[in-house]
Amino acid sequence: MTTSQSASPALPRAATEPVLAVRKLSITLPAGADRPLAVEHIDFEVAAGQTVCLLGESGSGKSVIAQAVMGLLPAGLKAIEGGITLNGRELLPLTLTQLRRLRGPAMAMVFQEPMTALNPVQRCGDQVDEILREHTRLSAAERRREVLRIFARVRLPEPERIYASYPHQLSGGQRQRIVIAIALILKPALLICDEPTTALDVTTQAEILKLITELQRENGTAVLFITHDFGVVAEIADRVVVMQLGRMVEQGNKLDVLQAPRQDYTRMLLAAVPELGGRSRPPLPDGPALLDARALSKTYATGSWPGRRRTVQAATDISLSVHPGETVGIVGESGSGKSTVARCIARLIEPSSGDILAGGQSVAKARGRTLSPFRRQVQVVFQDPYRSLNPRQTVGASIIEGPLNFGVPREQAWRRAEELMRLVRMQPSALHRYPNQFSGGQRQRISIARALACEPKVLIADEAVSALDVSVQAQILDLLNDIQQRLRIGILFITHDLRVASQICDRVIVMQQGRIVEQGRINDVFFAPQHLYTKTLLAAAPGRGFAFGSREPAAPQPILA
Amino acid sequence: MSEPLSGLTTSQSASPVLQGGVKRGSRSLEPKAPLKGGGGAPAGRPESFTPNIESPATTAPRGVSTARRLWRNGAVRFGACVLALLVAGAAAAPWLGTIDPTLIDPASANLPPGTSAEFMTLGGDTFQHWFALGSDSLGRDLWSRMLYGARVSLAVGAGVALLALAIGILLGLAAGYFRRLDGVIMRIMDGVMAIPGILFAITLIAVWQPSLATIVIAIAVPEIPRVARLVRSVVLTIREEPYVEAAVALDTPAWKVLTRHILPNAIAPLIIQGTYVCAAAILVEAILSFLGVGMPPEIPTWGNIMAEGRTQFTQYPQSVLFPGLLLSFTVLAVNLLGDGLRDTLDPKFNKRGG
Repeated sequence: MTTSQSASPALPRAATEPVLAVRKLSITLPAGADRPLAVEHIDFEVAAGQTVCLLGESGSGKSVIAQAVMGLLPAGLKAIEGGITLNGRELLPLTLTQLRRLRGPAMAMVFQEPMTALNPVQRCGDQVDEILREHTRLSAAERRREVLRIFARVRLPEPERIYASYPHQLSGGQRQRIVIAIALILKPALLICDEPTTALDVTTQAEILKLITELQRENGTAVLFITHDFGVVAEIADRVVVMQLGRMVEQGNKLDVLQAPRQDYTRMLLAAVPELGGRSRPPLPDGPALLDARALSKTYATGSWPGRRRTVQAATDISLSVHPGETVGIVGESGSGKSTVARCIARLIEPSSGDILAGGQSVAKARGRTLSPFRRQVQVVFQDPYRSLNPRQTVGASIIEGPLNFGVPREQAWRRAEELMRLVRMQPSALHRYPNQFSGGQRQRISIARALACEPKVLIADEAVSALDVSVQAQILDLLNDIQQRLRIGILFITHDLRVASQICDRVIVMQQGRIVEQGRINDVFFAPQHLYTKTLLAAAPGRGFAFGSREPAAPQPILA
Repeated sequence: MSEPLSGLTTSQSASPVLQGGVKRGSRSLEPKAPLKGGGGAPAGRPESFTPNIESPATTAPRGVSTARRLWRNGAVRFGACVLALLVAGAAAAPWLGTIDPTLIDPASANLPPGTSAEFMTLGGDTFQHWFALGSDSLGRDLWSRMLYGARVSLAVGAGVALLALAIGILLGLAAGYFRRLDGVIMRIMDGVMAIPGILFAITLIAVWQPSLATIVIAIAVPEIPRVARLVRSVVLTIREEPYVEAAVALDTPAWKVLTRHILPNAIAPLIIQGTYVCAAAILVEAILSFLGVGMPPEIPTWGNIMAEGRTQFTQYPQSVLFPGLLLSFTVLAVNLLGDGLRDTLDPKFNKRGG
């Protein structure tokens, strides 16, 4: 590990040249953008065998740096200053053909979403083979052997079968392994990973991170790793470069940056990282449940006559209840059925069997107008703030829609909307604007205000903070907590992030493959898990037990499998 | 495109709040509005507001209005100008050096363009007339006939587009949103699509009287399935959007979900489809008139002008050439307008920089 040299880059460098050196790099944005430069005076290097993490929130320009290195800058963006050297060779002046010759043998990239990085109509084996055809003179048989060997090295089961599979036949983790195989088959000196695990489940993420580290160690690859996740940084980084709005805020060794940050911005980011560890929650009053789901099941049928019908059991035998002032978390990986459960309980879809009781009335099979009273009581906040507001409606129109549907006069609804805007800490004047004028966090506040406008008793938050930057995430969690304390509503909080769940929930339900595998109070489930799956989930959370910032190390360490 | 960039600004605007600390003393949200029928939230402590309001919304780099963006597109500008000229010409036909397009004077038959000649009507009136584009085999003024013919073409184009869109939208919305209606409506649409369009139009006009209304209906019906299919597919995508689900969760009735949330977000591809339908309709009308099954022969249309000139095209090309050129030009203008609208309005094409 190199020593911190951010303060004076003039220090005598180690005998070995860095694999990648970015020097005073500035890249312009097209005219009319919100700032003139996408990134400004970026200065860092990556040595062989070293992992440097570019860390920043959305809009910090971290991906632009990766694109500049790979020569993949979108039209309109242009490097105007500084340089990028790969093994001593200047990259910026190279032509497209020269760059293409470098991509693969000298540098390679792993993208966030493996499904879009792979060609859906080509077999996986052929896609890896293409790299060898392009850059080597091996015979077909040798190439095939080489591809199978790299498949085995990225720990893909049954390489022969995978070779002949199409991307859609593989799981997300397997797809990402294919992408890594494509990137590493020519043993490049530099590997750039652009949020390679963000789209993956936490257990898959842990495996992929481990794989990248292993392969890096074998080949001595230099890794430039782009992420917004402090857990991932804590897991794999040697050095960290913190970015904010196109500027380098801080860089240094992992421990220095994560535990003794010098800049306010880094400190603020670190403080916002949710810890795995329950907050103290106020005691709950006894009382009847606001919402009671009993033995809920949902079966999806796909395919219709004359095709073959297939049924998918998305949720089986789910029972849960939400009390006033209580937050119940549902955690699980993708495909665990947690969103299906949420949508059933919100009655956006009809459960196949089981019952939902709200205020003593069964609403599982209700339809149309008979659902109206229930709709008032239960509201939903969705995951994607960019899609949950109608872009053609003003914010105000969206917020008063519910009350108007329930017969509240327009003026009264509008006055209440203004109050709600203050409640979610936004200006009432925002009501006259359109959603595209707000950031993700602001939009999520608006979504919360819209849900609260009906004065619901239960709020269902379906991954409501998952799409947000960590600092904004912390704000929204605070806001939800605050609103709950004030209005004594029940919250059903669906998330894949155990740390977030531990921040806001009283009780938590762990789901796997459509079934509840464990449930109980936060401290019981997270610090004394009973079920193997819960233990695996907890063990896979990146950066667990890492003491961020100047905080005390997290008090009781979760017990791990 | 300024959309993705605006995302960059916005995260900035949120950060100052962080340092300031979000939490501030207890603010109360009193349910001052006692909503009908429901249990209000328990009232908080009646303290005064000390709003710690988040930084205002980014005064977004929304930049230019849609109209301005449209005007910047060369194709839109060209198409719109040509169409505007045509509409103005057709509307102002009587004042643009025309005479009654049905007037016949065998003596001045087949005059070359640019001739000035004495025109004697069958009633015996005579007057001097300048035949800007020449005359046809019956001595009718081609310029007048083309201008008046434009009225028919434009009316048919607009009428068919509006009718096909209106019915197609209705059917498409119903099929896309109400799953039970989907099968029925779309199978009927498949059936309509299986009938050759021109054949259908000829039959319909043969059964009814040839008139503008008949022709519009005859051309519009085969277009309806195409519009309905498009609308259905757009609705299928939009109905999965969280904002539509949110509206459903807010107990918004289905017709309001359709008109407020789905239709406004589907309108861009529909406008574009409308222009293509319009162009096709102008062509089909000309074909029908050319075949002699369109508008009654006493009403000049580009199609029947060409049909009449067809037999003597080699000697006197003007009565095929000029309407043909104008027809091509009009269809080109409408299609360019459609392409330009698509490039500016449809975000999918937008990103590719059209």
